[in-house]
Amino acid sequence: MTFFEAKDVVKQYAGHKALNKVSISVPKGSIFGLLGPNGAGKTTLIRIINQITGPDAGEVFFNGQPLKPEDVKRIGYLPEERGLYKKMKVGEQAVYLAQLKGMSQKEATKKLKAWFDKFDILPWWDKKVEELSKGMAQKVQFIVTILHEPELLIFDEPFSGFDPINANLLKKEILELRDKGATIIFSTHNMGSVEEICDHIALINKSEKILDGPVEQIKKRYRTNTYEINYIGEFDKLDQVLKADFEIIDQAKGIEFNTLKIKLNNGSTSNELLEQLLPYLNIVSFREIIPNMNDIFIRVVKESKTI
Amino acid sequence: MNKIFIIIQREYLSRVKKRSFLILTFLTPLLIAGIYAFMIWMMLKDDTEKRTIAVLNESELVEPVKSSEFTTYNYLQNASFEEVKSSMEKKGYYAILVIPKNILQTKTAELFSHKQVTIEVKSNVGRQIRQHIEKMKRSKIIAEANMPDLEEKLAATRTPISMRTIKFGEGGEIKQSSTEIAMGIGFAASFIIYMFIFMYGVQVMRGVIEEKSNRIVEVIISSVKPFQLMMGKIVGVAMVGLTQFIMWVVLTGIIITVGSALVLPGVDMEALQQAKSVAELPAGAASLDAGQLKMAQDILGTFDLAYVAGIVGAFIFFFLGGYLLYSALFAAVGSAVDNETETQQFMLPITIPLILALYIGFAVAKNPESSLAFWGSIIPFTSPIVMLVRIPFGVPIWELLLSMTLLIGTFLLITWIAAKIYRTGILMYGKKVSYKEIWKWLRYHN
Repeated sequence: MTFFEAKDVVKQYAGHKALNKVSISVPKGSIFGLLGPNGAGKTTLIRIINQITGPDAGEVFFNGQPLKPEDVKRIGYLPEERGLYKKMKVGEQAVYLAQLKGMSQKEATKKLKAWFDKFDILPWWDKKVEELSKGMAQKVQFIVTILHEPELLIFDEPFSGFDPINANLLKKEILELRDKGATIIFSTHNMGSVEEICDHIALINKSEKILDGPVEQIKKRYRTNTYEINYIGEFDKLDQVLKADFEIIDQAKGIEFNTLKIKLNNGSTSNELLEQLLPYLNIVSFREIIPNMNDIFIRVVKESKTI
Repeated sequence: MNKIFIIIQREYLSRVKKRSFLILTFLTPLLIAGIYAFMIWMMLKDDTEKRTIAVLNESELVEPVKSSEFTTYNYLQNASFEEVKSSMEKKGYYAILVIPKNILQTKTAELFSHKQVTIEVKSNVGRQIRQHIEKMKRSKIIAEANMPDLEEKLAATRTPISMRTIKFGEGGEIKQSSTEIAMGIGFAASFIIYMFIFMYGVQVMRGVIEEKSNRIVEVIISSVKPFQLMMGKIVGVAMVGLTQFIMWVVLTGIIITVGSALVLPGVDMEALQQAKSVAELPAGAASLDAGQLKMAQDILGTFDLAYVAGIVGAFIFFFLGGYLLYSALFAAVGSAVDNETETQQFMLPITIPLILALYIGFAVAKNPESSLAFWGSIIPFTSPIVMLVRIPFGVPIWELLLSMTLLIGTFLLITWIAAKIYRTGILMYGKKVSYKEIWKWLRYHN
């Protein structure tokens, strides 16, 4: 079931198009990766979802209905450019931001105290923000983003600036929220950082969506039929014994074992390859090389250029 | 709508709780009272410096200047100027007074000194000589005229006139008015408005820059509309301004009342009056002052409530109108820059009309009927300041209504434009913004 949908969204700024007929569809309960290099248009799309700005053309649906101003209550947003009032007290400020999301002061205070306790920052409630370490401030920002239990959570470059410990804490909490039914959108240019937790992605480049779908499917579509074989033993005349369908891409000598990369052409199978190799090599491991998002992105960009 | 109140509340409380606000609010009345007290003290204080002045009297006048408690005049007979000059330091003379032989013709005497002589010494010497000569001439005339009571008769010719200005009211009734008081009230009110627009307009601008440089603005506008954030800030700061103004009025009032109750009984008012009259004019001045004072009291007494309420009402209206108009512009400037040092280029178009308004105000105070006064008080960018100068003199109702309508209309228009700039500007980081760029923002929709 689709929870959020953008259809042919266009956003034009003087001089350049930030989004050109971009459509995305975010399934309910998924972790959706909005990927692309800096300046591709990700933040513009996110700002449209948050109704910070409006699309020039196209439609945006939230839970099946056209996006309404009241929906901001149901969205939690951690922007890339995030911060807090430095001179304000931590607790006071968190309550203020929660009130702006429509929570009552009492409810916000109660929930915030619980979260602060969970994240070990309760003693800082009455301190000024400028006294907090960067990591603590990030925890506060995260809490404020999710406090009102939004159905849609949007994180723009969530891991930039977070130290590894906080980044892991954040990932854990986000996965927990997903398990509780929230839908999550990650936007980042650092594709490796979210690859393993996203189940759906959309690739955006130069204001256009160039690829989208479930991660598994995409990876399948872009598999190269290349296998990596680690083996013990020496064998130089491999290219003479192998069938022409098996293309040796790389052969490297290591300390414990040697590595071989072979591409399977013309519908030949991995079993056939194994059969051919077994008499000559002492195989340690055999696995398919699955392209990562970065590779896929580069490939798609190249392909879209040649077209 | 509820959210805008939450924003107003935060903007208000976060400023009112600041130490700098508290200091400024409580210290300024003390400062005003202090300046007041200092002025009174200066007036009462005698010059207690002991001085000796050498006098070389070549004229026929007999001891025209007399020694007083603190200033001693040493008449030196048969001494040359050079001798006295060279012995000045040894003998401790403060100055040398030379009264020339022909003083009755030249009407000039000379004071020589190493340091600049004080005004008090200079005027005291001058007055004494003048009085001496006048007395001498008068006695001569009296003697010639052979009329024993001439002196009293002459004294009786002195007639100080106080001018009362009376204005015809709308309904034909007669109102007492005082040009000086009207000018004073008008100018004070307009100056306060000028000051507050500047002080609090800049605060709005700083607030916007703070939100932008803290990077909190995007977090907030994902919950509220940028317009709500901007208006919340503007209104919140306006309330801080009003709070400060009211506190100043109340505290200054309390301090002056308490202060004068504690201090003034020890000071007799007559001494104050005398100190003043001695410094200015010999006879007659004191009574003239008292007369003016009485007139002012009369006028204050006859001020009708409607007149006062009208001025207060106009003050609040034009204060808020002017502030709202300009603070929206200040907010727009704040949104377009990354830090305060970059604001310069955009501040100019805001500060020029404000400063111009103040200068027009000066001119209008002197001539409230000029066409400059009319246009200055109609055009919205100067009207909050200029109109306040005119109001105590009386302004036709239609002009007042026109000015107010234009101010409201312009405020709405400017806020609309400022909101467009603001909306785009707050999300622009690390970009040098030009007027051309801002012009583009105005044409973005949403």
